[in-house]
Amino acid sequence: MIYWQLFYVFFKIGLFGFGGGYAMLSLIQHEVVERYSWLSATEFTDIVAISQMTPGPIGINSATYVGFSATNGVLGSLVATFAVVLPSFLLVLSLCYFFSKFRNNDNVKNTMQGLRLVVIGVIASAALLLMNKENFVDAIGWIIFAVAFFLCKFCKIHPILIIVLAGVVGGIIYG
Amino acid sequence: MNIYFAAFLSFFKIGTFTIGGGYAMIPLIEKEVVEVKRWLTKEDFLDIIALSQSLPGILAINVAIFVGYRLKGTRGSLVTALGTALPSFLIILLIAIFFESYKNNALVEAVFKGIRPAVVALIAVPVFNLAKAAKLTYKTFFIPCVAALFIWLLGISPIWVILVAGVGGFLYGKLKRKEHKE
Repeated sequence: MIYWQLFYVFFKIGLFGFGGGYAMLSLIQHEVVERYSWLSATEFTDIVAISQMTPGPIGINSATYVGFSATNGVLGSLVATFAVVLPSFLLVLSLCYFFSKFRNNDNVKNTMQGLRLVVIGVIASAALLLMNKENFVDAIGWIIFAVAFFLCKFCKIHPILIIVLAGVVGGIIYG
Repeated sequence: MNIYFAAFLSFFKIGTFTIGGGYAMIPLIEKEVVEVKRWLTKEDFLDIIALSQSLPGILAINVAIFVGYRLKGTRGSLVTALGTALPSFLIILLIAIFFESYKNNALVEAVFKGIRPAVVALIAVPVFNLAKAAKLTYKTFFIPCVAALFIWLLGISPIWVILVAGVGGFLYGKLKRKEHKE
């Protein structure tokens, strides 16, 4: 049943989504695109673009969008969004109840250190998986990629502006 | 004003006006919670941020739950989390309904053809920024590389990679401390 699957997948994403929004994207992509095929790679990329341009955390945005497109209805959005935040509730609240000295624990520190290294690779894999023929239709795609990378990394241009510029370029070239 | 309503409104406002993901929300939450409403001290807030970053899940939601709990227990945390999530939920729902019917439009498709490579670039940039921040050495450099290759080429779930890394870091630390003692 699709709602149960949505709940299960987004609960898992919420539970293992260490390392911020981009790392979570990699998990979402693996489940939603590669495993369940609820979205194609291009649809997923479009959602990331939309998430960057709209308010709120990318995890909520993707859960809401994927829930809607997988079921064609609001209930799917509700289930996926609820599922992605539920682990946060369970973990934060139990932390508040049981542990007050969590942060200064050496074991926690070492575990986080291991995660921090791997998260870099997790995000890299998301980028690599999205570098496919569907997202890069021709050489112009690679030029847009290179320019966008340069503008974001070295000129610190705001991501929204980069997306808008790329959209204008796409509209002119492919339109 | 009722404290529940005030907390909901604060987080709803932050959720509505921060574009660009969860990290962009943190300074706004801090300003609202520490400076404007004086619900928490700066030290308390910094502790909450550190804790929230060590937990899985959406950072802004974790922070909202912590702040809500400190204000009014479990019910407080429900209110603040709802306030944070609701604006994105509503906006994305509207876009999803709208976009589903426009995505086959030729101009929309052309615009997104241009946007997609740029989005991939936006995902690639933090890889390099994080690598720099982590001060990778020739000894640790292979860890993110292997992780990326496993997920990318072998199709291993990132969840397994994360689990192994967490357990690995934990065991490595234990070993180090044992060596240190001896």
